[in-house]
Amino acid sequence: MAIRVREKVDYSLYERSYLPEVVRGLGISLRHFFGNLFGSKKTRLLQTVRYPDEKRIYPERFRGQHRLLPREDGSSRCVACYMCATACPAYCIHIVAEESPDDEIEKYPAAFEIDMLRCIYCGFCVEACPEDAIRMDTGLHTPAFLNRQDAVLGRVDLLGLLGRSGTEPAYGAQNYREDKPRGS
Amino acid sequence: MVIVVSTIIKFIVFVLLFAMPLATLLTWMERRQSAYSQDRIGPTRAHIFTLFGKPIVLGGLLHPVADALKMFFKESFAPDSSDHALHRIAPLIGFVTALIVLALIPFGPDITIAGHVIPLQIVRLDSGLLLVFAFGSLGVYGAALAGWASNNRFALMGGIRASAQAISYEIALGLTAVGVLMTFGATELSEIVAAQDGLILGFLPRWGIVVQPFAAMLFFVAAMAETKRAPFDLPEGESEIIGYFLEYSSMGFGLFMLGEFIEIVVLSGLFATLFLGGWQLPWILGESSISLGAIAIELPSWAMGVVGMLIFGAKVFLLCALQIQLRWSLPRFRYDQLMHLGWKILLPCALVNIFVTGVLLWIDPSLNLLAWFGLGLMVFFVMVVIAGPRRTALAEH
Repeated sequence: MAIRVREKVDYSLYERSYLPEVVRGLGISLRHFFGNLFGSKKTRLLQTVRYPDEKRIYPERFRGQHRLLPREDGSSRCVACYMCATACPAYCIHIVAEESPDDEIEKYPAAFEIDMLRCIYCGFCVEACPEDAIRMDTGLHTPAFLNRQDAVLGRVDLLGLLGRSGTEPAYGAQNYREDKPRGS
Repeated sequence: MVIVVSTIIKFIVFVLLFAMPLATLLTWMERRQSAYSQDRIGPTRAHIFTLFGKPIVLGGLLHPVADALKMFFKESFAPDSSDHALHRIAPLIGFVTALIVLALIPFGPDITIAGHVIPLQIVRLDSGLLLVFAFGSLGVYGAALAGWASNNRFALMGGIRASAQAISYEIALGLTAVGVLMTFGATELSEIVAAQDGLILGFLPRWGIVVQPFAAMLFFVAAMAETKRAPFDLPEGESEIIGYFLEYSSMGFGLFMLGEFIEIVVLSGLFATLFLGGWQLPWILGESSISLGAIAIELPSWAMGVVGMLIFGAKVFLLCALQIQLRWSLPRFRYDQLMHLGWKILLPCALVNIFVTGVLLWIDPSLNLLAWFGLGLMVFFVMVVIAGPRRTALAEH
């Protein structure tokens, strides 16, 4: 490996005499100090968020706890295609497919489990899903668990969660697979 | 009898009620001040009780209390292979020698109570300043012995660095003080304060910083190096040799830390005494009255003492704040740079200062020439800072 010699900065005599630069440095840190001490909320440069007391609002596309989206009848939109389980780099999605009683739909997940201890929150499952059945838009952190079994969230748990705004379970969301209503 | 009682009272007022609480407060101030300088908020969470559902944090002022409690209840651990007696004594040496210097610093004018004249200075010794330096040099035994007795290579390195640094800077420190001694013609600290009374050239305070600005600057730098704090904190270094207190836990470490802050207070007090006129405030504070413009209030002797103490306290506090700000503004030196600065820059500068002071005093013993010279020096420095060239390539943020 070649040795790279960093170019030497030529300090002028003024800079090497150090004292004026000390005064200027003091000026900078004092400006920050007094600006933060006496400044108004707007002019302050403080970046700290006092975490448990105030919580930062997460960005729009924050990837939090997953949820499964329901159809209008309340059943899951998932068609058990295994795309998410295949895309998952942590192998945390476990699906058991069964034949759907609905003629329009081939399969439905008899079991859909996510092991929250293994999930790395990469969002690949959301990208892979062709049915818009799984999203990570709840804005929630993974809850704390007391044992490992509890950390495996099933279909019912995931269907019960709402989106971040706390409203829509996304009925009739515009989806490239759903440009016309089902059954028509 | 009066002397004994008054000395004890002075000790309580100055050391137990001023210097020690200020040193404790400085631990908090340092954390908050550095935080605000770096756009953080610092510690604000310690509280003992809750009022109306809100914890009372007092801006984090309870953190020193929590820290002290933690220190006291920790195990005082000493390695088996250490020299137990020295290991125990070392923190005390550093702490006590720093405290003793406080005895020599005058913190107020002489007051008269019931016919007794009581100087607001714990001990008034003619050797004054010399004794200050003597105890300053003894202080390094604390660090050196701690490093030696710990039987730890890193601690020893720290101790050696501390002693080498202290010895190097003591020379510069002593020689800069010579300029002050020549100017004011006294080694006793209250006499030095008395010599700074009044105005010079008709408009400037007769302070050491006016007649000896160069010495003031050198003294401040050298004294900061003596306190072993950034940018001169080579005896400690978390990332390399850790420090001479490596094998200390509990209050042993606490004493080293508190001793460091006591040293800051001592240095500030010494600087205020030598260069900022001690407890005096020209223009406003008279012999026995306070005057603001046309209004003048006569004060009894004890009230003058209180006012003097407040002024001295304010000066010391501001100097402490300045030192902390310096610490959080400057990067630390490399060890060779430290030695270079001490021996090749500060020492010759101190000698030059003595020479120039001597010549100016020989020409004009009334200090007027010195004051003009000092004023010129300060104006020159301010001009240089304001008009100096800037590197624009390095943005500030």
